Amino acid sequence: MKFGVLRFPGSCDEVDALHAARRVGDAELLWHRERDLKGVDAIVVPGGFSYGDYLRAGAIARFSPVMESVIAFANGGGLVLGICNGFQVLCEARLLPGALLPNANLRFTFRQVQLEVVEHDTAFTRAHDGGRLSIPAKHSWGRYYADEPTLTAMQEHGQIVLRYAKGENFNGSLDDIAGVRNEQGNVFGLMPHPEHAVDELTGSTDGLCIFASMRMAVEGARV
Amino acid sequence: MKARVLIRPKAGILDPQGEAVQRALPALGFEGVANVHIGRLVELDVDDASQLEPMCEKLLANPLVEDYEIVLNQ
Repeated sequence: MKFGVLRFPGSCDEVDALHAARRVGDAELLWHRERDLKGVDAIVVPGGFSYGDYLRAGAIARFSPVMESVIAFANGGGLVLGICNGFQVLCEARLLPGALLPNANLRFTFRQVQLEVVEHDTAFTRAHDGGRLSIPAKHSWGRYYADEPTLTAMQEHGQIVLRYAKGENFNGSLDDIAGVRNEQGNVFGLMPHPEHAVDELTGSTDGLCIFASMRMAVEGARV
Repeated sequence: MKARVLIRPKAGILDPQGEAVQRALPALGFEGVANVHIGRLVELDVDDASQLEPMCEKLLANPLVEDYEIVLNQ
């Protein structure tokens, strides 16, 4: 199975995402001006500050050539993971519901966060063996918001996949939401960084299960 | 044609920037200030003013969380 990791001007976590994806499969970088997704089985939209995050985080990246292809890929059922800035890009592209706003504390905040897995049977969490995830978060625009009708629909369809554990919601996200998927279940975004938690050297390997789940989903679909 | 687009957080959405400024004003002796909200101003020259609304919907604002107001200077 092969992951394609997008690279925008201003991306800064694409190399770690590539490294994490290579722990469970093959992976290559896809440049923002390319429309060709090179036959990859899943897409990772990485963290960073795409196009400088001018105007709003993720607002300009969503109109890049590669994102046109990613939107078509997602609409065709392809697996897409958005991490941090990637989550913002997917929300701006309307592949995921809601929006990300400046942190309630108005600060760029970097800390290890504890996450509760709310939905276990998803293409992005199926390889998780239970318990909380300990994953770093680092952002200034991570306050998740969706209006009331959207939130109700998300709850009905099991779209809230991850929540910050009690006391961990430093950015002021609505209902402690840390990660959401689309209604079809093939697009997932989260603010914390699973790609930075794949090696004991950095304190946690809890992020690996996200990538391993995606591999299971792709290979299960092939059988 | 010159145009201005005023973009502000939708009512009811937490606006921590506005709150921080509102808290700072009384400390400087400015009393009786309420409902401080902070948004963005986009100034632009356009040939066709009818394009402004789709511009706002697609890029200048995020209609899920922001209201926008178009002001034309003929």
